[in-house]
This record gives sequence, structure tokens and C-alpha cells, in this order.
Amino acid sequence: MSESTFLFQYVLHLADDVLILGHRNSEWTGHGPILEQDIAISNIALDLIGQARNFYQYAAQLSNEEGISATEDSLAYLRDGWDFRNCLLAEQTNGDWAKTILRQFFFSAHQVDLYAWLAKGNDTTLAAIGAKAYKEAIYHLRWSSEWVIRLGDGTEESHARMVRALDELWKFTGELHTPVPYELWATGAGIGPDLSLLRLKWEERIKNIFDEAGLTYPSTQWMQTGGKEGRHTEQLGYVLAEMQFLQRAYPGCEW
Amino acid sequence: MERHHDSATVSIAEIRSLLKEVNDPEVPVLSILDLGIVRDIKVDGDKVEVVITPTYSGCPAMDMIRTEIGAALGRHGYGNVRITTVLSPAWTTEWMSQEGKDKLKAYGIAPPNPLQQVCHVRPFQREEAVQCPHCHSYHTRLISEFGSTACKALYRCEDCKEPFDYFKCH
Repeated sequence: MSESTFLFQYVLHLADDVLILGHRNSEWTGHGPILEQDIAISNIALDLIGQARNFYQYAAQLSNEEGISATEDSLAYLRDGWDFRNCLLAEQTNGDWAKTILRQFFFSAHQVDLYAWLAKGNDTTLAAIGAKAYKEAIYHLRWSSEWVIRLGDGTEESHARMVRALDELWKFTGELHTPVPYELWATGAGIGPDLSLLRLKWEERIKNIFDEAGLTYPSTQWMQTGGKEGRHTEQLGYVLAEMQFLQRAYPGCEW
Repeated sequence: MERHHDSATVSIAEIRSLLKEVNDPEVPVLSILDLGIVRDIKVDGDKVEVVITPTYSGCPAMDMIRTEIGAALGRHGYGNVRITTVLSPAWTTEWMSQEGKDKLKAYGIAPPNPLQQVCHVRPFQREEAVQCPHCHSYHTRLISEFGSTACKALYRCEDCKEPFDYFKCH
């Protein structure tokens, strides 16, 4: 791959992660366990989709410079599943509140260090997006950490649900820190972080909160990967079917 | 109203004063100047450029604010207006004017505290007491970190028992 292709893939990956996770969170809108938390998860969805727009606008600009026509909308609404570069964790179903919380917690704990790194990286556009998104990620991390503690250290029922969520999601967490070629390129170019260093910070964040929540940090080593290279679980198809329906059925529709 | 503006008549101060007419659609008591999202105004001949920055990455009011800026300047005869969005440096509540904070409080929204106490990642870590905009008590309680817009959290006053929005530090 050429340098520009690597950069495009990297930016697309950053965009797809937050679009798909944001879309999943937005499925809670109107269905939250209580009104305040319905508003909270919807606000987090809004922040994530806003971050996605910033990344997609940059990705579209990069492809236009290569003479390929693309817009933020065409990248979000007109690509197929195998073109999406999001981590498998982002596309997993919401399940119950415990699973949604844990998914957000795992992601936010990754995003804070990723965005802090981008903010001082060599790519000025990614640095600007990262610096802005970092502040939002910190807020999301605190909120999701509190919920992990509240549920993990709550009732027998809430604890059991956190354990089940952990069981379902853990195998998707390794992908966050398993680099694919465009990430290795980004690390080499000083644009993206070294994921092996980010992994250490992430593990520490998770262990600290799990200690308070009375949850056991899993010892399982085997991890499912592939999303960052377009090999997804069946769940992504359902997200895209709903998210892209309007633009597929009525191309160019605006309201 | 059509009016001709050449470089001698267009002043940055004039453009700035016209932007006072543009309010944040979600917190209509604040102008975009009070909010601190106008980062620069550039004038070149009859061309005007207004540089703005979003409060939050996903702020849904940005498109409307862009339209309103164009309309407000258009009403005063400025037809050649470009509105540019920048992300860096990232917006902070430190950029909100004191006048803006006073207007917020009078409107029933607690203005942001100074920045140093906030956004700590430690769970259940609370920032300094938030003052109730109704009865001015500091005896208040967080109900939810998130509120009716991306920039607000939900509080309740333990003295006057009224719920209120807090414009969260950022």
C-alpha cells in the first residue's frame, strides 16, 4: 500500500470505530432504563458520531486529493460491511444495560490514551480531532467506570449481569491493541501510538476499576480479531442494514 | 437591504458587533460571542470570513449557527461571507465571557465553574460545589452527568428543591 492509502485506511478505522459504537448507543434512545441514563447514553452517542464526522471529513478530503470522489456521507452510508474497519467490540449488540456499559467502558478506556496520543502526533488534522475528542472520552470513561462499579459491586443480580457481559465481550477486547498493517505504518510515521504501550495503560485502567467493582480480570488469552481488516461478526450487517437503509433506498435523500 | 461595503468601510469591530445578534439555538440567551465559539474574523476587501469552533464534536447546532451567521451578516449587506470551522485549539468553558455567565445564571442555568476542578477521570470524584441559580445555595446534588444538551449536566438544589441545568466545565 502507498503512504496515502495507509493514512486513508487509518483515518477510516478511527471513524468507523466511533460511528458504529455511536450508532449502537443511539439504539438506546427512548429505551434507556431511566430517563437520565437514556439522555446520558444518547449524549455519548452524539459525541461519538460527532467525532466520526470529523474523521470522515478528513478521510473524504484524503480520497479527493487522490482523485477519488467521496464525502463524509458516502463513506458512512454507501460502503459495505467488508469495507468497514471498526473493531469487533464496537459492533456487538447492546444486550442489557450491563453489556452496553461494559462495552463503552472498554472503549473509553482505550480512547482516552489513543486520543491523548493523537493530540501530540505528527498529523495536524488528527491532532486537532484527537485533542477535542479526548475531553469527551475522559467524561465518558468516568461515567462508564462509575456504572461498572455500581453494577459490579451492586446486587447479586447486577453483579451476575456484569459477569455475563464480561464473558460475552472479553474476547473482543484484544483487537483494540493488536495492530494491523495501517496501524504499524501510523506508529512508524509518528501519527499513531504504539499499541503495545497503550495496552499496558488500558490493562491498568481496567484492573483498577474491576478491583473496585469486585470483578475478576479474566486470564483468557485467546482473542477474536479481524474487524480492523474488514472481517466482521454477523452483528455489523444488522447495524448497516438499519443505518444505511434510507440512503440505499432513496439515494441522495435529504431532510 | 443592499449596501456596498468596500475595504475602507468594513471593520472587524463592526462584524463582531453584528455577531451579537446570533444566538446559540440551544441556549438562546447566549450569543455566539458570549459562548466563546467565534475564534477569528478576517476581512479582505468585501470578503468576510468568520472562524468558529464547536463546543462538542457532535454539537448539532453548528449547521444552524453557520446559517444564522450568514443570515445576520446578509441582513446588513454583507453578501460575500465565508464561515470556516476549526477544531484546534479545542473549545473550553474558560472562553465563555463573564457577561455570558451572568446571562446563563439569570436564565436559570448554573454557569460553569472555573476549569481546574474538572474532568478528572477518577470515578465518583466530584467537582467543587455548583451554586443553585435560583436560591444561590451551594447545597446541591448531581442528578446526572448528562443533560438536555451536550454541554449541560443535571443538578438539584437540596434547599429550594428545584432541579436545574449546570453548564458543565469542559
